[in-house]
Amino acid sequence: MSAFSAIGEDGERDRNEYTPGLEPQPTWCPGCGDFGVLKALKGAAAELGLSPEEMLVCTGIGCSGKLNSYFESYGFHTIHGRSLPIARAAKLANPGLTVVAAGGDGDGYGIGGNHFIHTARENHDITYIVFNNEIFGLTKGQTSPTSPKGHKSKTQPHGSAKDPIRPLSMSLNAGASYVARTAAVNPNQAKDIIVEAVEHDGFSHVDFLTQCPTWNKDAKQYVPYIDVNESDDYEFDRTSRSEASEMMFETENALYEGTVLTGRYYVDDRPSYQQEKQRIGEMPEEPLAERYFDDDYEWERVYDSFLDKHK
Amino acid sequence: MTDDELIWRIAGGSGDGIASTSQNFAKALMRAGLHVFTHRHYPSRIRGGHTYTEVRISEAPVKSRGDGYNFLLALGDSFARNPKENAYYGVEEVKPLSENLDELREGGVIVYDSGLLDTDDIPDFDERVEENGWHVYDIDLRTIAREHGREVMRNTAGVAVTCAITGIEPDVIKSLMEDTMPEKVFEPNMSVFDDAYETVLEEFDADAPDVTVPESEHDEEQVLISGSDAIAYGALDEGCRFIAGYPMTPWTEVFTIMSQNLPEVGGISEQVEDEIAAAALALGASHAGVKAMSGSSGGGFALMSEPLGLAEMTETPVVLVEAMRAGPSTGMPTKPEQADLEHVLYTSQGDSHRVVFAPAGAEEAYRQTRRAFQIAYEYQIPSIVLYDQKNGGELQNVPASVFDEEPNPDLGSVLTEAELADAPHDPSGKYDRFQHDGDDGVSPRSIPGQEGGRFLATGNEHMEAGHISEDPDNRVNQVDRRSEKLDAIRADLDGDEVTNAHHGPADADYGIMTFGSQQGTVEEAVDELNEQGHSVKSLGVSELAPYPVDEVTEFVESVEEVLVVEMNASAQFRGLTQKELGRYGEKLSSLLKYNGNPFEPAEIAEGFVTSIVEDGTLPGHETKFVPAASD
Repeated sequence: MSAFSAIGEDGERDRNEYTPGLEPQPTWCPGCGDFGVLKALKGAAAELGLSPEEMLVCTGIGCSGKLNSYFESYGFHTIHGRSLPIARAAKLANPGLTVVAAGGDGDGYGIGGNHFIHTARENHDITYIVFNNEIFGLTKGQTSPTSPKGHKSKTQPHGSAKDPIRPLSMSLNAGASYVARTAAVNPNQAKDIIVEAVEHDGFSHVDFLTQCPTWNKDAKQYVPYIDVNESDDYEFDRTSRSEASEMMFETENALYEGTVLTGRYYVDDRPSYQQEKQRIGEMPEEPLAERYFDDDYEWERVYDSFLDKHK
Repeated sequence: MTDDELIWRIAGGSGDGIASTSQNFAKALMRAGLHVFTHRHYPSRIRGGHTYTEVRISEAPVKSRGDGYNFLLALGDSFARNPKENAYYGVEEVKPLSENLDELREGGVIVYDSGLLDTDDIPDFDERVEENGWHVYDIDLRTIAREHGREVMRNTAGVAVTCAITGIEPDVIKSLMEDTMPEKVFEPNMSVFDDAYETVLEEFDADAPDVTVPESEHDEEQVLISGSDAIAYGALDEGCRFIAGYPMTPWTEVFTIMSQNLPEVGGISEQVEDEIAAAALALGASHAGVKAMSGSSGGGFALMSEPLGLAEMTETPVVLVEAMRAGPSTGMPTKPEQADLEHVLYTSQGDSHRVVFAPAGAEEAYRQTRRAFQIAYEYQIPSIVLYDQKNGGELQNVPASVFDEEPNPDLGSVLTEAELADAPHDPSGKYDRFQHDGDDGVSPRSIPGQEGGRFLATGNEHMEAGHISEDPDNRVNQVDRRSEKLDAIRADLDGDEVTNAHHGPADADYGIMTFGSQQGTVEEAVDELNEQGHSVKSLGVSELAPYPVDEVTEFVESVEEVLVVEMNASAQFRGLTQKELGRYGEKLSSLLKYNGNPFEPAEIAEGFVTSIVEDGTLPGHETKFVPAASD
């Protein structure tokens, strides 16, 4: 019998089940794109029928890091840039959990960039939502890794001399097996993409455009958005690495030219890290976390298992 | 030189098999009933460079390197750099012989590979041999090896020569080689062995030096274990089934041992992108209900500061190990030092709390690593096992029965789903994971996936259900509760049967204190000093945080003066002791060594005599005396 009976609990879910009674109203600024992420995540969780207690939502630091204060589930609000290593270890420890990591563009593409690259490379079976608002919000409007070239802020008084990072291309190159971009202004697409991302076996990366009305843009500037999977103007095969790559490049350029392109960009069905690790015999089939609650498990002793080579 | 021990030093270059040959030699003699202890010295270099391992072999138990050594087996350095006029490194080729002469005792033995080494390259070699009464065996080990097998087998030839000179039964070595080598390698090695052995008997006269191996027998089965082995085994027996790490000398040893063994017991090892990730993964696994660890050495551990603080704030149990090497920065990667003590005690922001153990030998490393896990999981606090390049790599024999212990997979203060049903929740149904009034400051955890256990873990200050809060009353309550755990842990450790290591006569006039890996050497120095008529005892402290204030106060109070011995230049352990005790600045002086080599017992004995008994002037430049505040 599982020690974690919330896992795999079937049942109809209402999106309001994911609203914490303790902190039902977020502290985000009026008009903030982060509300769109929260709404989409609640909708996706309900559609997937997930119990709040089989979900672990790991966040970084910043406005986006408050996501799990406003989403009812198990939560781990970590430190700046480090949500991914914590999330992926939790998934290895108990693969039954649905693990979602989230953070801002500074968190994921800046300070945590190394973790992003390696988590994608390893293809951990978790979902990563990046609140991409092209700014450092909570610290009051500094230039971020996705801020456009020339972006002026208090810390870049002459305008940034740096080209922005290309999150989708970076993700593809690093090895993410599901890459999408959505926007707070499009809650239905966002919800559908999060559902797909959670269901995907492997590392799914959702670059989520979230307007920051206080420091750079309001929602209007993300409208109209275009879904590249539906628009007749764009045609590409999202299972083709090279076609996805071209589409991503164009999408990243377009954003800074005022055209908001969104959609599913890449899907790859290669085995997840867990599957690969189990294949080579370096990860048990049964969730490790269950073992500690199993009174019948016979724990190995060093004395019996490893001492002979020292004799 | 005492008659009852052989200290055998095998020297060559990195990559010449010095480590494996010495390990087999030590194991063979352990099997023959002797006590063994190894000391290794090697450069941060894959191929070539001054490398040696000493194997100390004695009838009586040994817990330190000795004073100098009495048998040199100098092999060639296959990867020596070519000498050039202005190059600082001189003639590397001859270093296995030339670099090792200073510490060779009078009357000692030199065996060198005359196929590779030429004593003409060593200034005053013959004069020094004459002066010191050394016995020299120049044998072309390389040619013997080539004749029967391959050149690398010259190590076997050297061991055979050792046996012929010291009277070790060839079968002692041969049976071990048979166990460890495939047959097609074993056969030529035997021919090499026999040829080299015969060469000594035939070509060198019967005026054998007085360097022999005693005969002895163990009362019970022994195992040859390093500190790194013992730390890993302690972790495994505590049910640790998850490790994350990034390679760094010398921590890599523990990481390697765990990575090789974990798959066999259904555990997981993760080699990750950096040490920040490594520590964070250990937290993630622990949060999800698995006993987990990580670790590194100085620079890598520095990267773990922030996850360490997160573990403290979220009360996520985790064990980190820190293998010290000479710093600052990259320092001397393969040389031992104890200068990360303050780093480990104080790194990470805020009023942070952690537990730090610094075991001395292998047995203590096993026991204290287990304690580190128990404390971490019971009290939901990071435990750190601090050790160094020296005790991590030293091999010693300990009774196999030391490990004949039951595993303890207990997750500590965790609730089951049944218990969660009766536990306090806030009105909206979140579990009060961080209750204000936990016993001993501990509020039990729930694990993600458990019904009725949901809560928020956060590095921000938080209320009982984990949500972020800056309320002053809550703040004070949570800070006080987290601090309260340390008192409870101190009381818990005070109740242990075995605590810090006391050695020497209880009523001694003087004391020597140390921590971690120097303990065995200090204890040997204490024995030497008492034999010389001094009245000295020692205290090796291995529980560094929370500090055993009462136990140390009692020790300091009981003597006139205390010499604090440690391998660093800034007297960190003495500083910690004064801070924790709040006085005794006039009573504590320091003996420091930071040249990259651990103390020898005689250096401590000599340091004690000159600094405490005499005027404080040390004869050598390898150690440094720092007087007490009143001197």
